[in-house]
Amino acid sequence: MDAVIGFIQAIPLDLLIIQTVNGIVTGMILALVASGLTLIFGIMDVVNFAHGELFMLGAYLGVIVVAATGNFWLGLIMSALVVAILGAALQVVTLRPLIGRDPLNTILVTFGISLILQNYALWQFGTVTRKITEPISSYFTLFYLQYPWYRIVVTGLSAAIIGGFWLFLKYGKFGVWIRATTQDRVMAQAMGIPVPWVFTGVFAIGAAMAAASGVLFAPLGGVAPTMGLDWVLKAFIVVVVGGMGNLGGSILAAILISLLEAYASIWVDPSRAVIVSFVVLILTLLFRPTGLFATPK
Amino acid sequence: MTRHTKIYWAGFAVLMAVLIVAPLVLPEFWRRFLTEVLIWGLLAMSSDLLIGYTGMVSFGHSAFFGLGMYGAAAALLMVSPPNLWLAIGFGLIGAAGAALFVAYFSTRLRDIYFAITTLIFSQIFYVIIFTWTKVTGGENGLIFTRPHFSIPLLFDIRFTSTTLHWFVLAVVTGSYLILRRVTQSPFGMVLQSIRENEARTRAIGYPVQRYKIVSVMLSGIFAGLAGVLYAVQNEFAAPDFVYFVTSGDTVIFNVLGGIGTLVGPIVGAGFFQLLRELMSRVFGEQFPYLIPLGFIFIAMIIFLPQGLLGFARRWLNK
Repeated sequence: MDAVIGFIQAIPLDLLIIQTVNGIVTGMILALVASGLTLIFGIMDVVNFAHGELFMLGAYLGVIVVAATGNFWLGLIMSALVVAILGAALQVVTLRPLIGRDPLNTILVTFGISLILQNYALWQFGTVTRKITEPISSYFTLFYLQYPWYRIVVTGLSAAIIGGFWLFLKYGKFGVWIRATTQDRVMAQAMGIPVPWVFTGVFAIGAAMAAASGVLFAPLGGVAPTMGLDWVLKAFIVVVVGGMGNLGGSILAAILISLLEAYASIWVDPSRAVIVSFVVLILTLLFRPTGLFATPK
Repeated sequence: MTRHTKIYWAGFAVLMAVLIVAPLVLPEFWRRFLTEVLIWGLLAMSSDLLIGYTGMVSFGHSAFFGLGMYGAAAALLMVSPPNLWLAIGFGLIGAAGAALFVAYFSTRLRDIYFAITTLIFSQIFYVIIFTWTKVTGGENGLIFTRPHFSIPLLFDIRFTSTTLHWFVLAVVTGSYLILRRVTQSPFGMVLQSIRENEARTRAIGYPVQRYKIVSVMLSGIFAGLAGVLYAVQNEFAAPDFVYFVTSGDTVIFNVLGGIGTLVGPIVGAGFFQLLRELMSRVFGEQFPYLIPLGFIFIAMIIFLPQGLLGFARRWLNK
């Protein structure tokens, strides 16, 4: 008993609060990445293995535009637009021929895309980590830390993008098309909805979301060609834990996992804190294989 | 003997003869290259049991390969003088343990979910091996000396690159024959019926999940064997091989060569390594050979999903 009390007393409260904030910040970026992935999966039955690479490419485009113009927000928008176009092109060329085939083919094809993109980035940009300076340089005091406002802005912005996207799905014309296609592909087609183009649009939106999160993350952690795999892995864990194709579940799962990882890194080395998310995944698979936040059908 | 079996075994014999003679005529570099292709081929073949026969794409074969490698490393470093058979035993135990762990959890999910969870689970092993520096050497890996080829009380010889090639060839051929037998056995038929229609297989009364677990474990054990061979050939174990890239390569070998053929993945591995070698010779070491390979890979999935040996699939499985 004493040991337990000692352990509880040994928890540094200030550190806990700081890590809570950190966890929510990375959690929201992860939620943005994962919701793109979930969207693409939920609507097209495509597991986008290249999602992490689109994130990475978005971050690099951000680096380039910021270096050229000095404007971070322009970089964010440009990068999202360019990657959206790239995503649309990739979808038309590689995924459209696979419609109607075993969904496993799509994971293979997107794996091929990720190979090409990652090696292109390695070849083009080298292995050196690049960084964007934070567009908002002011700080506020959080205990003994000077906490950057930028992180709070990133959190709000990610939430705004996800929220805006949700409203778009709910009320926008294209959003209604997307939901109709999810519910019944054949019927949607019969009602005159151009289903193949809905797929292309969805993939483009998902890609843009990945790119935007890449640019938002760039000032926090730097940009490297191999960053994609880490993110896609985390996003995969999030969508399995949250329930594949379940937007709300992925967001909750992203925040849950990031918080747990942030808390774990109070005590262990951050490179080992990743194991926490693996444990969450294992427990989910054991007890609720359809996802923690799945609504029972 | 039917005509088919006659032709099949004749072809088998010719191929074996070529592979046995090859190290005697090839220069040192290509001798090692061929041995390595056989090892990668074994890894790819093990994963074909899942992809081609059970219909489950594994993106986590690096874990089994790596555990085989580190298992062998443990045996070679702890016991002096290093013993080949002990290395194989340890490697197989390591790989089987990893496979049991992965199989138990990931077979609860199907299709894409299976692929994703195998990937995530292989990454668990990578993180453990990468961060547990005291035991695994962390980023630097482990270096050891190659064991002798010995049969107790009979003989004990040092491996040359030629005899090592023959040893690897014997192991890979043996594995091929075993896997071929497995896929043609009633057990293999059940696996194939899971691939064709899982719900119906379950309805007939087969315990599908148990079959899947056994198939993942079998596949993992052969992948571990490939890891042991690789460790013995190169005298080191490194965390890079436990990383996702190895699993990705394994999937590429399968798609290039043709899934569901067992030989195809070996051909795919050879094709991949040859292309890589040629490109680095023509365009220089720095050339990102994975870019053109990625294009070939995508084109194959779209236009030739059967792979290079797909045309012979039925014939090879007869």
